[in-house]
Amino acid sequence: MLSVENLSAWYDSARILYDLSFNVGRGEVVALMGRNGAGKSTTIKTIMGLIGRRRGTVRFNGEDISRREPYEIARRGLGYAPEDRRIFADLTVMENLDVGRQAPRRFTDGRTLPAWTPQRLFALFPNLAEMPDRLGSRMSGGEQQMLTVARTLMGNPLLVLLDEPSEGVAPLIVEQMANTIIELKKEGLSILLSEQNVHFARLVSDRVYVLEKGHMCWQGSMDALMRDQDVQRAYLTV
Amino acid sequence: MSVLAVRSLCKTFDGFRAVNDVSFAVARGEFLAMIGPNGAGKSTCFNMINGQLAPDSGAILFEGQEISGLEARAVWRLGVGRTFQIAATFASMTVIENVQMALISHAGEIYWPWRPARSLHRERALCLLEQVGMHEAADRPCRELAYGDVKRVEFAIALASEPRLLLMDEPTAGMGPGERNELIALVKKLVVERGISVLFTEHSMDVVFAFADRIIVLARGQLIADGTAADIRDNERVRDVYFGSGKTFAGAAP
Amino acid sequence: MTLSAFFFLILNGLSSASALFFVAVGLSLIFGVSRIINLAHGSFYMLGTYIAYSCATRVGGAFGFWGGILVTALIVGALGALIEIVLLRRIYRAPELFQLLATFALVLVFSDATLYLWGPEDLLGPRAPGLRGAVEILGRHLPSYDLFLAILGPLLLLVLHVTLVRTRFGRLIRAATQDREMVGALGVNQALLFTAVFALGAALAGFGGALQVAREPASLSTDLIAITDAFVVVVVGGMGSITGAYLAAVIIAEVKALCIGLGVVHVGLLSVNFSKFTLVAEFLVMAVVLIVRPFGLLGRMQAAVRTIAEPEDPIRPATPLLKVLGLITLIALACLPLLAHSFPYALILGIDVLIAVIFAASLHFIAGPGGMHSFGHAAYFGLGAYGAALLVKWLALPMGAALLVAPLVALLGALLFGWFSVRLSGIYLAMLTLAFAQIVWAVVFQWEELTGGSNGVIGIWPPPPFDQAWVYFLLCLVLAVIAVLVLRRVLFSPLGYAMRAGRDSELRAEAIGIDVKRVHWLAFVIAGAVCGVAGGLFTFAKGSISPEVIHLNHSIDGLIMVLLGGIQTLTGPIVGASLFAVLQDMVMRDSEYWRALLGGIILLLVLAFPQGIVGALARLFDRARAP
Repeated sequence: MLSVENLSAWYDSARILYDLSFNVGRGEVVALMGRNGAGKSTTIKTIMGLIGRRRGTVRFNGEDISRREPYEIARRGLGYAPEDRRIFADLTVMENLDVGRQAPRRFTDGRTLPAWTPQRLFALFPNLAEMPDRLGSRMSGGEQQMLTVARTLMGNPLLVLLDEPSEGVAPLIVEQMANTIIELKKEGLSILLSEQNVHFARLVSDRVYVLEKGHMCWQGSMDALMRDQDVQRAYLTV
Repeated sequence: MSVLAVRSLCKTFDGFRAVNDVSFAVARGEFLAMIGPNGAGKSTCFNMINGQLAPDSGAILFEGQEISGLEARAVWRLGVGRTFQIAATFASMTVIENVQMALISHAGEIYWPWRPARSLHRERALCLLEQVGMHEAADRPCRELAYGDVKRVEFAIALASEPRLLLMDEPTAGMGPGERNELIALVKKLVVERGISVLFTEHSMDVVFAFADRIIVLARGQLIADGTAADIRDNERVRDVYFGSGKTFAGAAP
Repeated sequence: MTLSAFFFLILNGLSSASALFFVAVGLSLIFGVSRIINLAHGSFYMLGTYIAYSCATRVGGAFGFWGGILVTALIVGALGALIEIVLLRRIYRAPELFQLLATFALVLVFSDATLYLWGPEDLLGPRAPGLRGAVEILGRHLPSYDLFLAILGPLLLLVLHVTLVRTRFGRLIRAATQDREMVGALGVNQALLFTAVFALGAALAGFGGALQVAREPASLSTDLIAITDAFVVVVVGGMGSITGAYLAAVIIAEVKALCIGLGVVHVGLLSVNFSKFTLVAEFLVMAVVLIVRPFGLLGRMQAAVRTIAEPEDPIRPATPLLKVLGLITLIALACLPLLAHSFPYALILGIDVLIAVIFAASLHFIAGPGGMHSFGHAAYFGLGAYGAALLVKWLALPMGAALLVAPLVALLGALLFGWFSVRLSGIYLAMLTLAFAQIVWAVVFQWEELTGGSNGVIGIWPPPPFDQAWVYFLLCLVLAVIAVLVLRRVLFSPLGYAMRAGRDSELRAEAIGIDVKRVHWLAFVIAGAVCGVAGGLFTFAKGSISPEVIHLNHSIDGLIMVLLGGIQTLTGPIVGASLFAVLQDMVMRDSEYWRALLGGIILLLVLAFPQGIVGALARLFDRARAP
């Protein structure tokens, strides 16, 4: 569904990513793992078209989207939930959701997913249901994290890019986030997440790509990663 | 005597009770963790202790002296250092100049209008940077550093004023698991050497359980637990509001 | 004054309030979304009046007037869209002050375009068809058109408010205000959204200007008056708050109306002419509001907007190369008097350049490393200039003493105004400094007995041997070198570092015990005093002084000098000031349309050298050295 070939990216003149190739299948949860600064977030931002200087091809449903603007990419069904949440602080929960709203869309084979509505999202995130009119700035970090994901889902994406969903939130919220990802997978969505927390990634992911200093250095199934203590020690420093 | 004593602290924002009757104390040389769900009032508590917010009621005693309502600068001058959740440094200065600024301020030389600042306290600043392992980057612009390194520099800045109490708001936020443990191990080593007390908030339970001498738990503005790692781990109330089943971190995993 | 007269005044004020609101509301919208301080907004307003005038007189009748107003809004809106697409899109990522420079260039270009199209005379439009009469209220006659305007203002407020709160377009605008990139990543074509908002803002300004055609003549001076009014209203109301803007417009208009209505009031032996306060009324209101509510009436502390401007490099002591270059320049300048016979004008220009250098260097000191973007630096220039001139005129002090007192007067002004200003930041600080400068200007302008009013003070010539241009030039050179070196020395001292620390991260600075406000206040005072030196020198160089030197135009000139050279560099202001002074002199002498030329040059520089000239040179140099 998403296939990335030889993706490279630069910040100013500093190269961050080196010819990354990977793919995410339909209904699959794939984790990008690696240390801080390994290039996980940059990879996600590059796919989303948010890094100006980039090279390589990104195919989504067969179409090359690597030269597209972020909004065009989003309108093709890629959802992006950033690590620093970036919710609109002066807007209420409902308004935040509305900004994310896009028309329902279908897969290439014509199958559709049920469209997301605030009601359905509130069922998924009960905490948000209690505060539809709360301003973003008045929400706690955990609530903001949920709103970020919910807002992205309002765009009815076929694939969600989740950047560090477990970062900086309490363990209980991390657990809820894991359950949410499992729910979304059941709905048929694909998810590419960047993650440092092995315990979290283990709960939700099917496959793993490990990055180190912008290079792809390991790939395989989640089970294989859990068995391979050497890789864990070398690149994830658990 | 405790270094820091907080008594019946309360703070309300627009009718919302952010901190409600919180009391605790930090003993000399203690490494005390404050944990709790997001929005439990940890940051508000912190900001009242460091002088950024004035409490509605309650007392904050630092070495027996009432400090609630003092300005952040005054609290710092008494011997309370701090680091921020999102590391704050002076982006237009080099690494060593960042530390030098803290030393210059500590020496009361901020208003000197003539002598070049870069020549002041350089030796001492280098020494501090060496202790946090950043001396090789001394003359690099601070903004070029990787985030983990910025955190180390920030720690050196906090040490520069020779504080007796250090407030660290999520010191490892935004860091990977490996870096996390390294940084906290370094912090612990240096503060133990100096006899500094530390109050810190943290979401990484691995870090908390491995390093904290004692843990206090805040939820909905109130203190709900206070004890050793073992006590807190087995506390059902904390589990309900904060840990969950513990599947997502190593320390409490079955 | 009777009660009915009072009510009538209030009612009359409401129509002026609507007029103020029309100018301000578009500016507020545009700033809210794009964070661009669009100085050309006043020009949109002015163009609105002119275009509506042409429609009303060429087409004529009710259709020409009322239809013309709508057509005007559309034309100006389209112009706004064009400017957004062609110019502003390229500078969204530039530092805030640079955007200001670009939009000021537009002001110059539009001003001359209007001059070219409509000529220099004020043009009086027809009265509004259908609303020519007057309504009798409380036994007095209120023009129907004024009543119409008084109602139209709140109506527009209502429409806009509902649009922003209830519609998706409004929600997108508010979201983009905080994080435009994220809005894009959520599937919204943000480029289009920005263009739409800019067009809407411009159209509102054009609409407001067009409505004025029946009340006031179209005049070339409207652009700066309108933009100043608009800024005051937006800032007093609170940036981004449209309701706040209306509230502010009402307060300011009413205060002005009352001042006029009260006229001369006798209190005991004292008689106060309140109508003299109209010039400063809005600035007094602004100063008071900002001191009491630092974010305006309905404004909130700005949620941190994601900054995209580049961070600055650490400052380094001068390299040997720079020292040698500086020395060569200095020697060359010191030799300039040798040319006195063949190019006498070179010395006059040289004096202008040196005064500009002191002016710009002192402004850069607080605006660059201090991060305080003063829009009223001319106040301290003016205080120095008038301080010197008045001492000579009234006390017959010698030039030496006057030049010593000049910085002291400026220092006192900076001490007072700075104390309030450093409590604010960003655009609010900019506007408060502007307000103080306008207050100084108005006092000087209206206290004719002391200052000579608009005629200024004349006949302040330097005594021998300074009456010879080359001697005076050398005096300026010596003082300029001292001023620049002192400012530089302070920048490298703990105080200068503390000032930058407070700019980089106030939170961190306070956490290591730096009293940021006091440090910035001190810096503000130093900059003010140094600027006073420039003012003093200016007085004796010209032999006269008029309120013009305190005007907003002069403050903006200073900012342009700083930005031209590059705000992030220490030599930038020197280069920028020199270039600007020379440019202004050459372009101004040779062309009727010097404003447009100057604007064009500025635009070119903005697009070609976004880091300023010295910044661009430094980059080139770095790149050449890099492997």
